[in-house]
This record gives sequence, structure tokens and C-alpha cells, in this order.
Amino acid sequence: MISSNLLAVFYLISGVLFILALRGLSSPETSRQGNLFGIIGMAIAISVTILSAGNFSTGFLYLLILLLVGGSIGAFIAFKIPMTAMPELVAGFHSLVGLAAVFVAISAFLNPEVFNLGFPGKIKIASLIEMSLGAAIGAVTFTGSIIAFLKLRGLMSGSPIIFVGQHYLNLALGIILISLIFYLCKTQIDTWFWTIIIISFLLGVLLIIPIGGADMPVVISMLNSYSGWAAAGIGFTLENTALIITGALVGSSGAILSYIMCKGMNRSFFNVILGGWGGTDQSSSNKSKEKKPVKSGNSDDAAFLMKNASSVIIVPGYGMAVAQAQHALREMVDALKKNGVKVTYAIHPVAGRMPGHMNVLLAEANVPYDEVFELEEINNDFANCDVAYVIGANDVTNPIAKTDPQSPIYGMPILDVEKSKSVLFVKRSLSPGYAGIDNDLFYRDNTLMLFADAKKMTEDIIKSL
Amino acid sequence: MEIDPFIFRFSIFILSIFIGYYVVWSVTPSLHTPLMSVTNAISSVIIVGAIIAALAGKSENVFDTANIFGFLAIILAAVNIFGGFLVTQRMLAMYKKKKKDKK
Repeated sequence: MISSNLLAVFYLISGVLFILALRGLSSPETSRQGNLFGIIGMAIAISVTILSAGNFSTGFLYLLILLLVGGSIGAFIAFKIPMTAMPELVAGFHSLVGLAAVFVAISAFLNPEVFNLGFPGKIKIASLIEMSLGAAIGAVTFTGSIIAFLKLRGLMSGSPIIFVGQHYLNLALGIILISLIFYLCKTQIDTWFWTIIIISFLLGVLLIIPIGGADMPVVISMLNSYSGWAAAGIGFTLENTALIITGALVGSSGAILSYIMCKGMNRSFFNVILGGWGGTDQSSSNKSKEKKPVKSGNSDDAAFLMKNASSVIIVPGYGMAVAQAQHALREMVDALKKNGVKVTYAIHPVAGRMPGHMNVLLAEANVPYDEVFELEEINNDFANCDVAYVIGANDVTNPIAKTDPQSPIYGMPILDVEKSKSVLFVKRSLSPGYAGIDNDLFYRDNTLMLFADAKKMTEDIIKSL
Repeated sequence: MEIDPFIFRFSIFILSIFIGYYVVWSVTPSLHTPLMSVTNAISSVIIVGAIIAALAGKSENVFDTANIFGFLAIILAAVNIFGGFLVTQRMLAMYKKKKKDKK
């Protein structure tokens, strides 16, 4: 047995180690050490909790078995998952944290004596509020993440699902939730507690279905944030410092990422959450421009252009992830470098389906991270660059964001690929991107369209080089 | 007059939000994906609540409803802890600098 004071000190140590884990991510060199700190913090928290329970009986055996089972499943997934599937993996993991929060809240509600919260039917008011908030946020995180997972995995259409009065329904559900928590505190009747959880499950689904596929980076960050707040709520219930610190860290981390993603699209957070963007006007906007002349080329033209260039900037997007073209791309770049071409990568904040998605894929393909640049770092270089190789990106290069106030992406920061001497666009067709708007760049004189699958085209270029 | 312990916990909470705010802004954008997976892993520290819930009560009575929910939460959190940290480790191992002795 450990005294509760000593236990609290150990939880504090875990909390500090978790802070250091995040701090480590400020640069790739320190990041691996940071992750180690996180693992140590987690090991400490788990071991002291088991020791403090001091119950080395049947329950303890089950605990070890379940830890092992869960751990092996987790480890298996972690080693098997392809890097392109990171967004749905993270969404799936969020749903587990959410559900775990719900379960812990339920057992605290059913058995409050264990957590020093009072007795069934006479739980402390503050604890009731904390656990119902934890359970509600956890439940929203759970179902919300499941929907996000299904959309990212392609098991559900990425286009927004909208119906009349949707936002009012959500608002009403929110108000009902608050009143239910109020009644729960007043009456301590467990029916209210179960109703809170069920309504929160429903709310999670309703909140995420109107949000379109391209807004997934925001959704994932937001759910990340929710899972943190749920953990913090439970942390208050359990009076556990490690959980409170972690919850606050994760909550603010997710919130900041959502903010960065929204800024990358020049949209307000509420605009994204209310959803329904870019799904419906797709057909109307591209019809009028169908007849414009387009210059299209093949891999030989592209290889010729790039071989004779002195600098090339690669602009990867979600299409590269879908086509799994990152390895081929790296080989192409290696071939170009042998010809003395200077090659760098430019990454837009919202490229891909989650924050930093493209960076991970390039890292997987052994692209050194000091050749990869963020929008602000590299945007001025396009003016001096000979060829911009746009692979699987579209909206993030669309100059209409600067020129047309009517456009839905007006004001969004874009990569200025149009300033480079020539632009190579690897794309399957002229179809618009997720924002549903036509890209003027396709029709410019200095643009050469390469109509093909991103991976196949890149491989063909390697052959031609 | 004694201060309610809740206030202390609340202070920790608020200060941690500030720490989180400054620490996360210093994370380099290229590591945002590992940031998400590691925050996901550490939020699974909720497992401590699950362990307390699971081991509660008398030893001959391990399968009380409250215990079962605890056990279920342990599996979920364990998947997350191992999965989250390992996948982060795997990603971070891929971030390499340009080799000086190239070519």
C-alpha cells in the first residue's frame, strides 16, 4: 500500500513527464526522447495505481490479462497500420478514449464509495457534475470519432449530411443535456444519468455528419480536444492530478490544432462546425468552364522540364496519400538531384486529412525533414523556382483565393505556385477539389497538366529521366 | 477558513491549460501528426480510474457491474496506450535529417 500523499506525488510526476513528452516535439531530434518520457509517465501512473489498490487477488489477475490483451491489440495495430491511414487510426483511437471515459464515469456513478464520492443516491453534487460532464463529453467524442473514422476510411460518404433544422436540433439537445445534469444533481435518479449518456451519443453523431471530408483536419483536432476535456472531467471526479494535467494539455493541444487548421482555410471555427461546405455546388461551378483550352503533357515532357530546371518545388496533397505515391516521389527527387536540380517540398497547413499528414508520409519515404518547408517559409521561393510539381493538391494552390471575393475559399492562404516559371499538375482529371471550385491554374499557359494516377505518373517520369 | 481541495485541483487545471497552450505552440508543424497520436496516448491515463474501478470491492465479488465497466475501460485504454505510444515511436523514427555524407 502507498499513502495517498505519496500517490499524489507520483501522479504529479507522471503529469510533468507528460508535459515533457509534448515539449520534446518542438524538434524532431528531441521528439523520440519526449515519447520515452511519456511512456515512463504512463508506466509510473499505472504501477502506483495498481500498488495502491493493494488487491492482489482474482481481480488483479484479470487486470493483467486485460492489459496484455488490449496492449497486444494496440501494438499490433501500431505496427501494421500504413502511414497513409494515420488520420482514421487517430480518429479510431479518440473514440476509444471517449468510450473509456464513459465507462469510468459509469462505474464511478454505480460505485461511488470506492472513489470517496459519497454513496449511491447521495453522491456529492460537485462530483455528479464532474462525472456527468466527463461522461457526456466522452460520449460525444466516442460517436463523433466513429463517424469521423467511417468518413476517413471511406465507409461513409465524405459529403456533408444536412437536414432542415439541424442546428436547432443540436442546440436543443445541448440545452436538454444541461437541464438533465441539473435534474440529476437535484434528484440523484439514475435514469437521468443514463439519458445524459444516450443523448450525448446522439449528439456526437449529429455534430459530425454535417462536416465535409475536406474539413476533417479540423474535426480530428476538435475530437482530440474533446477527449482531453473528457479526461479532465473524470480527473476531477477521481481527484487525480495526472488526469487533470493530461486532460488540460490534450484539451488545449487539440484546440490549438483546430485553430491552426481553421486559419489555414481562412474559416471561422463555427463555420466549419456548422458544416455543409463544398458538397452541393460542385456540379454548378465547373460546368461553365469546361471548354477552356488545357495543355496536357506526358511523362517525357515533365521529365524534360524538370531535368533542365535548376530548382523544383514539390507540392504534395491528399491525392499523393491516396495514390501512395510518396516513395515514387522520393525516387524521382533523387534522380533529379543527380542531375544537379535543387529540390524542396512545400506543405500547406491543411494538406491531407490531418495536421502534419504530409510530413509523416514524406518522412516515411525517407525525405529528410530539413528539405520540407511550411507555407510561410517557402512561399516567396516560388517566384525564383523553375518548376512547381503539384502532386495531388488542388485547392491550396488556387489563385482564386486571392482574387475573387465571391469564392468560398477567398482569403485562404495559398501556395503561390502560379509564380513559378512552369507548373506541372499531376491529376486524374480536371475535376475540382473538395471546395468544389474550378482551379484557374489548369488553364494557364505555363501550366502543363499530367493526367494520370499520381504514383504511375511519377514512376513514368523516373523512367524518362 | 480552509480552502476547498476542489479549488486546488481547479488551479492545477487552469495552469495546465496555460502550459499546454505554450508547449503546443512550440511544437513544429511537421510533427503535428505525432503530436496528435501522443496526446491520444497520454489521455489514456484515464486507465488509472479504470483500474481503481475494476479492483474495487471484495475479492470474491470481482464481477460487480461497476467492476465490469472498469475492466472494459481497461481494455480500451490499454489498446490506446500501447497503440498510441508505439505508433508515435514508429513515426518519429522516420524523421531523419539530410545525411551529410550523401553522394
